[in-house]
Amino acid sequence: MMKNKGGSEVTMKLDRRRFIFSAAATSAVATAGALFPGISFADWPKITTNSGVVSWQKAPCRFCGTGCGVLVGVVEGRAVAVKGDPNCSVNKGLCCMKGYHSVQALYGADRLTKAKVRKNGEMVEVPIAEALDLVAAKLKETRDKHGKNSVAIYGSGQWTIPDGYVASKLFKGCLGTNNVEANARLCMSSAVTGFMTSFGIDEPMGCYEDIDNANVFITWGNNMAEMHPVLFSRMLANRKRRTGVKIIDFATRSTRTSQAADKSILFKPQTDLAVANAICHEIIANDWVNWNFVNEHVSFHKGKTNIGYGTEDHFAFTDQDEAINFADFKLFLADYTPEKVEKISGVSAKDIKYMASLYGDPAQKVTSFWCMGMNQHTRGTWINNLVYNIHLLVGKISTPGNSPFSLTGQPSACGTVREVGTLTHALPHGTVANEHDRQMAAEIWGVPVENIDPKPTYHTVEMFRALDRGDIKFMWIQVTNPMVTLPNLKRYRNGALKDDRFVVVSDVYPTPTTDVADVILPAAMWIEKEGLYGNSERRTQHFGQIVNPPGEAMSDTWQIIEVARRLGFEKQFPWSQENYIEKIWEEYRRFHTGPQHEMASYKTLTERSGVQWPFVNGKETRWRFNPKHDPACNNGKEFHFYGKKDNRAWIWARPYEPAAESPDSEYPFWLNTGRVIEHWHTGTMTRRISVLHNAVPSSYVELNPEDAAELGVVNGESVKIISRRGEITIPVQINGRGVPPRGMVFVPFFDESYLINEVTLDAFCPISKQPDYKKCAVRLEKT
Amino acid sequence: MPIFSYLAIPRNGGKDSLCAELSVLKYCQIIPASNQEVVVLVTDTPDETSEEALQGSLKKLQSLQSLSLAFGYDEK
Repeated sequence: MMKNKGGSEVTMKLDRRRFIFSAAATSAVATAGALFPGISFADWPKITTNSGVVSWQKAPCRFCGTGCGVLVGVVEGRAVAVKGDPNCSVNKGLCCMKGYHSVQALYGADRLTKAKVRKNGEMVEVPIAEALDLVAAKLKETRDKHGKNSVAIYGSGQWTIPDGYVASKLFKGCLGTNNVEANARLCMSSAVTGFMTSFGIDEPMGCYEDIDNANVFITWGNNMAEMHPVLFSRMLANRKRRTGVKIIDFATRSTRTSQAADKSILFKPQTDLAVANAICHEIIANDWVNWNFVNEHVSFHKGKTNIGYGTEDHFAFTDQDEAINFADFKLFLADYTPEKVEKISGVSAKDIKYMASLYGDPAQKVTSFWCMGMNQHTRGTWINNLVYNIHLLVGKISTPGNSPFSLTGQPSACGTVREVGTLTHALPHGTVANEHDRQMAAEIWGVPVENIDPKPTYHTVEMFRALDRGDIKFMWIQVTNPMVTLPNLKRYRNGALKDDRFVVVSDVYPTPTTDVADVILPAAMWIEKEGLYGNSERRTQHFGQIVNPPGEAMSDTWQIIEVARRLGFEKQFPWSQENYIEKIWEEYRRFHTGPQHEMASYKTLTERSGVQWPFVNGKETRWRFNPKHDPACNNGKEFHFYGKKDNRAWIWARPYEPAAESPDSEYPFWLNTGRVIEHWHTGTMTRRISVLHNAVPSSYVELNPEDAAELGVVNGESVKIISRRGEITIPVQINGRGVPPRGMVFVPFFDESYLINEVTLDAFCPISKQPDYKKCAVRLEKT
Repeated sequence: MPIFSYLAIPRNGGKDSLCAELSVLKYCQIIPASNQEVVVLVTDTPDETSEEALQGSLKKLQSLQSLSLAFGYDEK
């Protein structure tokens, strides 16, 4: 028996004989795996189900954006075991520690099982139907009194696709407000605007098979060893198996990824912009340009500069592109010689030339990986553009092993937020500003087209500013914990607590966000409901309900449907609980009809461990824009970048501009925040899994050993981290798994006892509106 | 009350025949490989007599080329 953070005992009710039988089967399967490489036992789950021992059912893991397939073992209605799904091409039977322990997150002692509403200042339990009545009534009352844009929903990249779809349909289609946002704004929106500006269409052109084909991997500010460990393992396996495979870690601090890499190159925060331009400079200077590719498939552009940081309310910015030519681009790069950039970035000219030579060598297949380091960046869109620039100049794109690959952080940031379009400007197909897209949505949703407002309202940071100001008075938060994750947190928590704000929170455990709620709705978690996710490589993954949710916990999708019906939208939400996920999926996929984004049928998805779109004539698409693989290519050429009207990929002249806030004499340290392998996001689930919680029970600040010595602190002592916004006191870690350079500190954000986001800055990329959690200025005091 | 698991290799690509023959035997569970000519067999017999009878039946199977023990457990 185990005890988790909540103090409950997780009993494995697997009797001895059943256990031995299961061990016998597992041993034989493992023996077969050793003797017959590549052997697969697809029917194993089915057959063991028939034996009555442990029933195994497939699901995607919910603890990152990789989309590993897992098999969940159930005994007597309780999920008791997890193993990697050998039939899932993503992970081929492997999981990381979060995946293997994931089912224990279902059984914390303090699971929310009943609805609660605030009465006379106290949260009291009520039947969920009563809570849903109140949610509908307050939503209607607020909308009637303060207008349609006074109500909002804030969701998540951990929303299932149906969750996000019904949220968008209710708020955008029925209630007529574009106040729909999701926490993926905080992690992926720079990737989206990067894709849209460079290619005119979202999501990676490549797939995980690039890992099996590339010779060179360059990780751009991306600690894959901890954040995408299964993919990182695949890289390491390839390096071991094949000769000449290299991993270059390009980062602002030393991590486990740096330790495993063949070469670690550190750069000063924000200067990745300058280094990327210097790599392009070097490629051109050495005539490593793939001229056939560039002449045929690329056009050159520039946009606005000195674009601001969004730290003030109502900040607005619209970029404007201007066509330039190759000569203009070459001239722009004259400021970015390796020698000049060495002075800005701290990266030696030799290392810049080395990286350029890897991209420039026609014999090397290069895959670049990135995630939060490039996306949580006040010039996030730009740095995405610049890495695409490098790949486009040398023509290393859309072929096996040649891939600029933006990894996603959450299990359905792509599937739910980017594809369903649960952001203020978006619709399931296209944008609210586009008349054709609004007409399509209105027709499929069965609402008047006038219902869909053509003007976007608030992106996430501005949405919480609007809640603070009182422009928004009702907010429904599902599957996310913004009272830990928002930057400059104090302002937004104080805003949520104001008297005439009404906050509804759907979640599985008590959190700092449920602390500010007026209504708490207990949610069914992961395999307690049917759903679909979409991972980093355009793979849609279905999972059935495997175990029952506790108490009155209800799926987020069904909660929204219940409220929609109470508001009079029975016609738009007519489904029954028996098959609503299937019906929603089949309605939703009408938005993506056509070879660029065709989705698989519900039946196909239930049968497979994920299907990559475009899925046309029964065939998945591995590499987009390449006519050998992509059914949407129709220009008769070697590549077809059909997202842009000129049928070309765009290279952008984007300069280096400094961070919103840099260290100075008063606040001399950079503050960088992030994650650790053991914990998922704010730790609400993984901190209730004893094995993971005990591995890293609390947060800490990483200090460079020399900075620590200068400050006079040793491991375990506490320091105060102070910024212009707030301060926290937190234990020090020196020479741990991560080591920042002098002048930088790093704090993981999973621990609600140390709210590091009270210190961070709410500056964002003016194009993507994604905040920069990696850079602000702080000072340290020994306590 | 022994529990054993084996890798069963069919004769001349006869995996389907082997599965059919094994699945009618008492105390047997099979897990056929989906992409190779290999079947995992798990046996769980209640006593020594049943185990001996089962071993005899396995030896008579026409479609079975070889049986390799992967795991064994016996409470006695």
